[in-house]
Amino acid sequence: MTRRFWVFIEQEEGKVHPVSWELLGVARSLASQVEEEARAANDDVAVEGVLLGHQVEAVAQEALHYGADRVYLLDDPVLQHYRNAPYYKSIAALVQEHKPEVFLIGATTLGRDLAGAVATALRTGLTADCTQLQMSEIKGASRKLLLMTRPAFGGNILATIVCRDRQPQMSSVRPRVFPTPPRSPEAHGEIVRSRVVATEADARALIRELIRGQGEAVAIEYADVIVSGGRGLGGPDGFKLLQELADLLGGVVGASRPCVDAGWISYAHQVGQTGKTVRPKLYIAAGISGALQHKVGMQGADFILAINNDPKAPIFEVADIGIVGDLYQVIPAMIEQVKALKQA
Amino acid sequence: MHIVVAIKQVPDTTNIRIDPETGNLVREGVPAIMNPYDAHALAAAVALKRQYGGTVTVITMGPSSFVASLREAVELGADRGILLSDRKFAGADTLATSYVLASTIEALQREEPVDLILFGKQAIDGDTAQVGPGVGVRLDVPVITYVVKVREVDLAARRIVVERKTERWVEVIDVPLPALLTCEKEIAEIPFAPLPDLVRSLTYQPDSWNTAEGPASFEMAQIGVKGSPTVVYKQDTPSLRQGGGTVNAREVGVEAAVKTALEKARAAGILQQVLGGGQ
Repeated sequence: MTRRFWVFIEQEEGKVHPVSWELLGVARSLASQVEEEARAANDDVAVEGVLLGHQVEAVAQEALHYGADRVYLLDDPVLQHYRNAPYYKSIAALVQEHKPEVFLIGATTLGRDLAGAVATALRTGLTADCTQLQMSEIKGASRKLLLMTRPAFGGNILATIVCRDRQPQMSSVRPRVFPTPPRSPEAHGEIVRSRVVATEADARALIRELIRGQGEAVAIEYADVIVSGGRGLGGPDGFKLLQELADLLGGVVGASRPCVDAGWISYAHQVGQTGKTVRPKLYIAAGISGALQHKVGMQGADFILAINNDPKAPIFEVADIGIVGDLYQVIPAMIEQVKALKQA
Repeated sequence: MHIVVAIKQVPDTTNIRIDPETGNLVREGVPAIMNPYDAHALAAAVALKRQYGGTVTVITMGPSSFVASLREAVELGADRGILLSDRKFAGADTLATSYVLASTIEALQREEPVDLILFGKQAIDGDTAQVGPGVGVRLDVPVITYVVKVREVDLAARRIVVERKTERWVEVIDVPLPALLTCEKEIAEIPFAPLPDLVRSLTYQPDSWNTAEGPASFEMAQIGVKGSPTVVYKQDTPSLRQGGGTVNAREVGVEAAVKTALEKARAAGILQQVLGGGQ
């Protein structure tokens, strides 16, 4: 038999969500962790993508370059735009046919909508927002199981979850938690066109209109530079100053949860356990005290520069360099110095 | 119209602390609140009731202390609260939770047809966003997540038009009733409680349903720990990255402090990359 590690390849209008490639990288690493065990049992191991949409073969082809051994392509007009029921019903049928062992889905808006429905339809376990995944021997289990680790209680605890008796073992994973694997110029895998069981009658919901330009316009997950503000800003106007620095550095503005809760800035900017996970090259935290739930969302940054009035602020525990001082003095000075550096 | 709202009582996670000695959660003194997204879903339900007539039933699964949130729901305009409290429900993961809630809604359906089921988009203690879609699948009703607005309700045609916000756009969706919506905060403002509702909530006793009482029936194999395919294998305290020290602007001056910080970013090779990309 084949031990299958599945990844949901998320696309909208032919545009892939990069979390799909990140998950193909994770699935490859999980597959390699059971290779020896599989060989001993005469089993094969495969990393497989699941792609739904209409006329999206190019995306399937691309998935092969990111390491999929096989892509199940479900192509039908009913799947043109994402809708919960046609997607989950088609995927559940595909799972029942091929019986994957592990199934990873990006914890995006679309992925979260889908994952809970698929897991419920299959009556299997699903662990949300995993930050570590590993195939591991577990007492009493005949073969390795997926250890799914996620932050709980606002990031204060890391809980490791297993799904012992049911399959697939399902996880959702946020964008940017894992690195993007390199794209290989070679594509060795195959595309398998598969049957779509869902029909328009299953969908029930009709998308009457897509209002573009009103989504969460800022994609902070994939920004190289983020200038984030916290409660220390004192009010919404402080974000204008941060925006100025962010523009200068080619970056975007982020925020800690209290600012979003206070309505100073929209949720799309929120970094942390209840917001977005980010891994920019440079993260500047201004007036953010550094609650754990914030730190778990940004500690993957290459370099963290924190500014806070309070020398004891926990943000300094994770910052590569901290400036103790008034952000309303420090940021303007930084803007001037960065301008000078850019002209030099 | 009959609207069912599923709510959860959660610890205010912004106030959670870990005991550094034992590594355990300090639960004492952590206030319990109605999950904020659920409060907005409830506000939307109450607004719809005021506009179209009908009743709002609020359900919650948890210990008896969750009565507090059901009373708060009545204060905000709910007509009826049902507490699903049973030791046998304890230890439920999202799959088992969705089973109990779906079975409860099925029982409510038998009393009075349900037109709309509302959830918050997620609970702030678990952040899974899995239970709402799970209940929708079990009841085989259409699920629309991340709803920011109810545009119109056509009770005669039994349809509702809602706006759903995704990362890329806002979808205007037309869906038949009954339907299940999970709600963003924008869906409705929390109203001020009218005095009669406030007075009623003070002594309100919700209905209590469980494996022994109430019209809903629950299969033992699908509830609590037994009905939960996922289990916690272990718990650790997270290890965070190590900091690299601070420079105090009050001691060395703002200009010098900024210079030191930018130098450090340059030494790490970051500044060059960033300025290269920023130009």
